[in-house]
Amino acid sequence: MMLEVTGLTKRYPTGDLALKGVDLTVAAGEVIALIGPSGAGKSTFIRCINRLVEPTSGRVRLNGEDITRLKGRALRRARRRMGMIFQEYALVERLTVMENVLSGRLGYVGFWRSWWRRFPPEDVAKAYDLLGRVGLAEFYDKRADELSGGQRQRVGIARALVQDPELLLVDEPTASLDPKTSRQIMRLICELCRERQLAAIINIHDVVLAQMFVARIVGLRDGEVVYDGRPEGLTPEVLTRIYGEEDWTAAAPSARAQARGGPETDEERLEGLV
Amino acid sequence: MSSSAAAFDARRWRPPPLVRSARLRWLIGLGFALYLAVALGTLEINWLRVWEGLDRGWAFILAFSEPDFLTRWRDIRQGLLESLTMTVVSTVVGIALSVPVALGAARNLAPLPVYLLCRGLIALSRSFQEVIIAIFFVAMFGFGPLAGVLTLSFATIGFLAKLLAEDIEDIERDQAEAVRATGASWPQWLVYGIQPQVMPRLIGLSLYRFDINFRESAVVGIVGAGGIGATLNTAFDRYEYDTAAAILILIIGIVMAAEYTSSLIRARIQ
Repeated sequence: MMLEVTGLTKRYPTGDLALKGVDLTVAAGEVIALIGPSGAGKSTFIRCINRLVEPTSGRVRLNGEDITRLKGRALRRARRRMGMIFQEYALVERLTVMENVLSGRLGYVGFWRSWWRRFPPEDVAKAYDLLGRVGLAEFYDKRADELSGGQRQRVGIARALVQDPELLLVDEPTASLDPKTSRQIMRLICELCRERQLAAIINIHDVVLAQMFVARIVGLRDGEVVYDGRPEGLTPEVLTRIYGEEDWTAAAPSARAQARGGPETDEERLEGLV
Repeated sequence: MSSSAAAFDARRWRPPPLVRSARLRWLIGLGFALYLAVALGTLEINWLRVWEGLDRGWAFILAFSEPDFLTRWRDIRQGLLESLTMTVVSTVVGIALSVPVALGAARNLAPLPVYLLCRGLIALSRSFQEVIIAIFFVAMFGFGPLAGVLTLSFATIGFLAKLLAEDIEDIERDQAEAVRATGASWPQWLVYGIQPQVMPRLIGLSLYRFDINFRESAVVGIVGAGGIGATLNTAFDRYEYDTAAAILILIIGIVMAAEYTSSLIRARIQ
């Protein structure tokens, strides 16, 4: 298993118990969607994996290495193996697109090189190629705050990928985007994961979007895993277990599948996206 | 008409007074008037002296119509150059000292002991007016521009470090978090996650402080800390109002030019 999370618990200083002993394993190249209501602990969960948030107890293993114990340089080295994509893009707005993408290489270069923006030419070339891959090749010298929301998220994706990560941690990538751009961004993330055999955990509000693009769905409620399985398994009863009582017939895949013959296999699921 | 509408009389409505009790209101008013009368009585104004003063003031104003730049030009030039040098040096030194202090005084960056130390330094710098600091430094290091430079550098810390620290505390957290998530080291995190966000403010504040330091360099000169203030003080001591007027005109001109330039630059970098 490339990522093994066991008994992950987080209690905030305020006393809130955000995660209650979460167990989760992710195989190499596997993409999972983490769904659940606001406050279920999705953001805390992925931040505990790269230790932006300190877990209270539990263990996170990345390809066998225990992340939870690391400090200083070793922790930074572990972080650069995990690319992160954020809800509000989290680009440094006053830096250019290229500087933002290259900041993904900070874990690999020394201070003075980064201070003078003298990144190794291979890094710059890699960043430029990735910008081309996400469709923003000509934007490298634009300032990040000149871009639209969808374009910013593409830069965010390039910044995460330029790290050469083994795992992507994706926090609500589409929550600030319109429906069409949301689909394009989800499609891009899933395609890139497949191209690079990259594992990913995608926090996402939008159940339908998760079902469209991802083959394994994990439902989190009040800091506990209450569902782990295929998107077809999200029956109205399961959705009620995750989110609480509501009329789920529009979101439940069984109903939609009957209506228009939904994707049967993962291959079809991905084909449908292209 | 309902009963609640009957209780409300639209013609008699007035906004509620600041002090509710009418008695207390009158007491405060009368007490203040009494104090003012007594205080004015203790001033012992010498009206003859005021009359003479008006005369001198008029002579001073007349001097502005024919300022004398030439008689003491060497002194004026030297004073101005000294003031400008003091301003540039103290602004640069002040910024260099302020940036680390600001980092330490930002609660989202510094651990509590460092934070308290830096906030204490800022409070110390802000609690003394420049003239008082200047008197202290003149007593320590003697007359001359060194005392002035030290004064203005120290005063710059209180101004720049405080406002910069507040800007650092107001940054967009997720931008900084994203940089941390890449595996950046702490200094790299500062340079990529924090610095771009506070740079416009730092430049704006530095230019603004440059203006202030030039103005203050004239003031601290009066207590012997060098610069154009010393020249101005000498001119007054000799009753050379025409030279004093020339100096004041030059100070006003330079301050206005500096303010105009810095506002242009600040508008550009926003």
